[in-house]
Amino acid sequence: MTEMNIAQAVNAGLATALEDERVVLIGEDVGTTGGVFRVSDGLLARFGPERVIDTPVAESGIVGAAFGMAINGLKPIVEIQFMGFTYPGFDQIISHVARIRNRSRHRFTAPMVIRIPYGAGIGAAEHHSESAEVIYAHTPGLKVVVPSTPYDAKGLLLAAVEDPDPVVFLEPIRMYRAIREDVPDEPYTVPIGVAELVEEGDDVTLIGYGAMMKEIGAAFELLTASGVSVEVIDVRSLVPLDTETIIESIRKTGRAVVVQEAPRTAGFGAEIVAQIQEHALFSLEAPVERVTGWDTIVPLRRAEKHYMPSTEDIVQAAHRTLLS
Amino acid sequence: MFDTPLQRLTPNGDLLGESPLPLEEIRRLYQAMLSARVYDRKCSVMQRQGRLATYAQFEGQEASQIGAVAALRKQDWVVGTYRDAGAMWFHGYPWVNLILGRTGDERGGRAPDGVNVTPPSITVGGHMIHAVGTAWASRIKGDDSVSLTLFGDGATSEGDFHEAMNFAGVYKTPTIFMCQNNGWAISMPRDRQTASKTIAHKSIAYGVAGALVDGNDLLAVYEVCKQAVDRARAGEGATLIEALTYRMGPHTTTDDPSRYRTNEGVEEWAQKDPIERVRRYLESEGAWDPAWQAEVESEESDRVETAVSEAEALTPWTADEIFEGMFAEIPPHLAYQQSLLRRRP
Ligand SMILES: Cc1ncc(C[n+]2csc(CCOP(=O)(O)OP(=O)(O)O)c2C)c(N)n1
Repeated sequence: MTEMNIAQAVNAGLATALEDERVVLIGEDVGTTGGVFRVSDGLLARFGPERVIDTPVAESGIVGAAFGMAINGLKPIVEIQFMGFTYPGFDQIISHVARIRNRSRHRFTAPMVIRIPYGAGIGAAEHHSESAEVIYAHTPGLKVVVPSTPYDAKGLLLAAVEDPDPVVFLEPIRMYRAIREDVPDEPYTVPIGVAELVEEGDDVTLIGYGAMMKEIGAAFELLTASGVSVEVIDVRSLVPLDTETIIESIRKTGRAVVVQEAPRTAGFGAEIVAQIQEHALFSLEAPVERVTGWDTIVPLRRAEKHYMPSTEDIVQAAHRTLLS
Repeated sequence: MFDTPLQRLTPNGDLLGESPLPLEEIRRLYQAMLSARVYDRKCSVMQRQGRLATYAQFEGQEASQIGAVAALRKQDWVVGTYRDAGAMWFHGYPWVNLILGRTGDERGGRAPDGVNVTPPSITVGGHMIHAVGTAWASRIKGDDSVSLTLFGDGATSEGDFHEAMNFAGVYKTPTIFMCQNNGWAISMPRDRQTASKTIAHKSIAYGVAGALVDGNDLLAVYEVCKQAVDRARAGEGATLIEALTYRMGPHTTTDDPSRYRTNEGVEEWAQKDPIERVRRYLESEGAWDPAWQAEVESEESDRVETAVSEAEALTPWTADEIFEGMFAEIPPHLAYQQSLLRRRP
């Protein structure tokens, strides 16, 4: 065991993954500088420039070339520098990576991982704060995971590398260095498609993922202190979604607050709410609450706080469900 | 540079300089071009009969496609488009797959094991970078396969052309970029696609080798492709080849070329037909007779007919099966949706 933060855990996961000769890491500035977040620090020295590849600034080229490598037997891990810069490469993801298994009827597959740092809360420049996870979740043929802890970061990354299909691996920027915990030194995986029941309680279920787990954790403390018995679910995997864990929890608590940092309309939270009403409507004691970002461009540093869903928002939403 | 395209056979079938291939091999490639044309014409007819969905003819481009693939080895990659059936087939992709695809059936996209031909790219331009990736992977894995990507003049206007060429230049990947400049991108003529004098000129900017070739000349196409393949295999990097040819038919069966071009171009290029000039050459060498030609055409016609019957005999996907192409294993949410579809009356 080594105590580490999420950035270090992803680094450890990458190092483990690169032990497999078929794995390459490819992206802008991932080699010499170790990535703009230093997540790939030291990997170039260990695995060499053939396997840890610094590329020209060209997202379509990066994803497209990695896709070509994947159909020819490699297992590329792509790093996109920031979520807001995925769009130039988005056509490759949606038109090729996500579709090749189907359009070649399993002859060619794209077992690749697309790592994307995402999210706001660090007062970054324009285009550096997006939470567009739902676009990937909405694209047939992709799996989408979002770790919120160092343990899950390494385990989900290794599961993503092992997976025979393309996995979009979202890294909450704000959480990279926010928490530390013990992470096993040996390889392990956290299964894709399984949510984590973080806390058990009886009155209300808080459901979220990624950076929002920090706010949810703080809300849990406050609510518990005021005598509410709170259940907490970290979804971790948006696709496939572990509907069972969510539904089971709602059957017990009858109340839910769904939290996402992304804009409100057609966000991934809406899918969770829809699943709840399809499968557990008659267990509900109150309307499901949503705590989300707004349908605005994420404001720059000085006004950013108005955008971010807060601990207080979650606490209030939970109390609203408890009124009924 | 790139002032005149390389030519080995004049439209009259006269050999210029030395033939890059022995006569027997030219006969084999001639036969392949004939076969490709039989297939292409049959597909157009079947489309009109309502047996195929939209079809993109490649008549006139047989030399560019067969000549390029002739320079490859079996294990090399072919990454092409909707108009590259001739190239795909000659590299081992069966007619039945191509026809299945055109009947509207994804199973056509499955190349046989050991045949490294990707399903035809429908998005214009997105696939060229894949041939950079496959070539790069070959090098990382330590095998000496090369990758050939085929595309049109229109595709060179897409941003992805730039990224693919740039990556190929920077990483010296063993990729052969084969631009079939057939004069048109649907209704847009080549001179409104780019202000560059030739497409081959673009190679200079990317630091890769370039070549301009008469795309209706089987021998010249083979020669430049073979040089490019040899360079790629020797670790000397990529080549951009511009093959000057002509789209004799409409863009696809849904297109009406009279809206944007006169028949002049078609008539002019009919005089430069890629098949006829090899025929004349073979005849002058005593290696062609009409009986042989009739036999080749009729045999290929039967083979295509059989492939069509096979494709048509295949039962379409069941409702259940449409979920099976998405992932290695059907995940729970898709299994659930599958159960919903099963209940549909
Ligand atoms: C990204 C994209 N944009 C537009 C289209 C529609 N489209 C199909 S073929 C074509 C023209 C392509 O011309 P060219 O690359 O010269 O190839 P050709 O069809 O002449 O073989 C267009 C615009 C498409 N398939 N993909």
